[in-house]
Amino acid sequence: MPEPLLELQNVTKVFGGGLLSTSKPIVALDDYSLIIDDIPARITPIAGESGSGKTTLANLVLGYLSPTSGRILYRGVDLNAMNSQQRLAYRREVQAVFQDPYEVYNPFYRVQHVFDMVVRNFRLGLNQQERRDRIEEALNLVGLRGEEILEKYPHQLSGGQRQRVMVARAYMLRPRLIVADEPVSAVDASLRAMILDIMLNLRDEHHISFLYITHDLSTAYQIGDDMHVLFQGTTVEKGDTAGIIDNPKHPYVQQLIGSIPVPDPEIKWDTNIHLPSEEEMRAKYARGCRFYPRCPSAMDVCRQERPPLFHVDEDHETACFLYDTVVAE
Amino acid sequence: MSADLAVGSALDIPTDRRKVLEVDRLRVQYETPRGSVKAVDDVSFYLKEQENLGLVGESGCGKTTTAMAILQMVQSPGRIVGGQVRINGKELVGISEGELRKYRWSELSLIPQGAMNSLNPVIRIKEQMADALLAHRPMNRKELKAWILKRFNDVGLPERVYNMYPHELSGGMKQRVCIAMSILLNPSVIIADEPTSALDVVVQRVVAQTIMEVKERLGVSMIMIGHDMGLQAQMVDRVAVMYAGHLVEIGPVKNMFKSPLHPYTQLLIEAIPSIAEKKPLKVSEGLTHDLRHTPKGCIFQFRCPYVHDTCKEITPSLEYVAPDHFVACHRVSS
Repeated sequence: MPEPLLELQNVTKVFGGGLLSTSKPIVALDDYSLIIDDIPARITPIAGESGSGKTTLANLVLGYLSPTSGRILYRGVDLNAMNSQQRLAYRREVQAVFQDPYEVYNPFYRVQHVFDMVVRNFRLGLNQQERRDRIEEALNLVGLRGEEILEKYPHQLSGGQRQRVMVARAYMLRPRLIVADEPVSAVDASLRAMILDIMLNLRDEHHISFLYITHDLSTAYQIGDDMHVLFQGTTVEKGDTAGIIDNPKHPYVQQLIGSIPVPDPEIKWDTNIHLPSEEEMRAKYARGCRFYPRCPSAMDVCRQERPPLFHVDEDHETACFLYDTVVAE
Repeated sequence: MSADLAVGSALDIPTDRRKVLEVDRLRVQYETPRGSVKAVDDVSFYLKEQENLGLVGESGCGKTTTAMAILQMVQSPGRIVGGQVRINGKELVGISEGELRKYRWSELSLIPQGAMNSLNPVIRIKEQMADALLAHRPMNRKELKAWILKRFNDVGLPERVYNMYPHELSGGMKQRVCIAMSILLNPSVIIADEPTSALDVVVQRVVAQTIMEVKERLGVSMIMIGHDMGLQAQMVDRVAVMYAGHLVEIGPVKNMFKSPLHPYTQLLIEAIPSIAEKKPLKVSEGLTHDLRHTPKGCIFQFRCPYVHDTCKEITPSLEYVAPDHFVACHRVSS
């Protein structure tokens, strides 16, 4: 088997709970594992609501945080054990596109500066002409032209343009993996399609994989390959994106998908849902399933044990005892 | 419909229900050192009794500015440069701040954008609500508490919230507090500016349901600003589409989703991401002109696939096409 591009092995990240801290530690990511293959390039959506740990995951993969326990391997090398050469390669090959295209620019510099910084920091060693060509190529890829963008200041660009410049910047480094943290949620609906289209193009034509972090299942559905759905730091369901969305198994994922407003006035939400009070939701069950307090089909076993992932279909797993053949009998 | 009817005629057409709110040729400009930006340009529409009207469009199209102009809360450097806003027949534009205060909360209320950040963090919920209430209706402490708790009950908030500070509440609960505040004095119109954005889908659904229930029970009319077309489809009776400060189409929600008339509405509907089918992504450019220099003719001409010579010369006016359905496009009116 070929070596995976990125591998997370039982990664746990705990915030707080230090020696002097009075508040309880927060487990943002709990015994989480993920594999992204090198070839073929894939778009892996990581879906979940706020607090599910998806941004923590992005920060871990980008090396901004280190795991409390577990290992993150890039091409088989632990991020914490890389030598400087490996680290530089990793920094170049794993790029990020963030949620808010308004906050990632320094408002005092022209757009050209973004690209100059890339060339300088990664010592691409290009001469003037090569540099210009490389920038132009990257911009063309995202449907922009250098002459209309580079001399402008960030505030003169639209949100869609800014986000595309960020993708172009990432592409210039010829990355293998782009961690895209909600890249389209701050962009207007009519412009989202363009960014998503660029992501598909990068995957198919340039073999760049994406870790696509989102709360929006409809965009994941349009471009995703293998999806992970997170709930409070654990994977509740994973597998083929379309398979999960068309036929969700976990009660949480069912509720999540049932809550997406259908863009058709003829199809209204059928039932009212009810959430338990805050206290009940926050009550942590030290053992057992984290969805227990909200689950409509909770069983006794759910309070006793943490459900592992059960196979429900080919390329479709879910962490719910409803699908445990032993319990079901 | 003949073309010689005056602009703004949209308001004169009789409707099946009473018009609670009428916006008549409203114009708002932001003054900048390099010319004024026409944020809202000649916008006319009405809101019927118990109707829920959605107001959609991309960011910067003027939806929030329109709402603020209706509330007479346009912030400097913006100002209303023309037009009228009437609530239950009473004119709001140009009246004094003292007069306005009588209408705010009691006739016209707002659920602000990012409601989670609109509560004062150092004041208890009960005091924030009492402020608005006492300004309109002097009452003793006991009556006050009963009044507020009744509103809590309407939106499904537990009583203990009464004594809490905003930071003790989740996003969904803060949003409910804002909804409870908006219905405190039983207004005839509520303007909700993206009331569920920044909430998780499940919470969003619960809050949306709360808004719908409250609206039904109180018989209030609503304007719901948003960009999530799915949510609009679920919640509103009619949809108004704005583009670059212009109202380009307004009509019953079913017509708008099934057979949109304006090319921009068509674009918006096609761009809705779906979880029912994988479809080829519809790629389009954003706003293409500087709002300081609006082109002659139709505002949508640079992005319109059907543009022809008339569009570059004459601005199409909002014309009647069916009951409660109006569109500003030469293709439709010719």
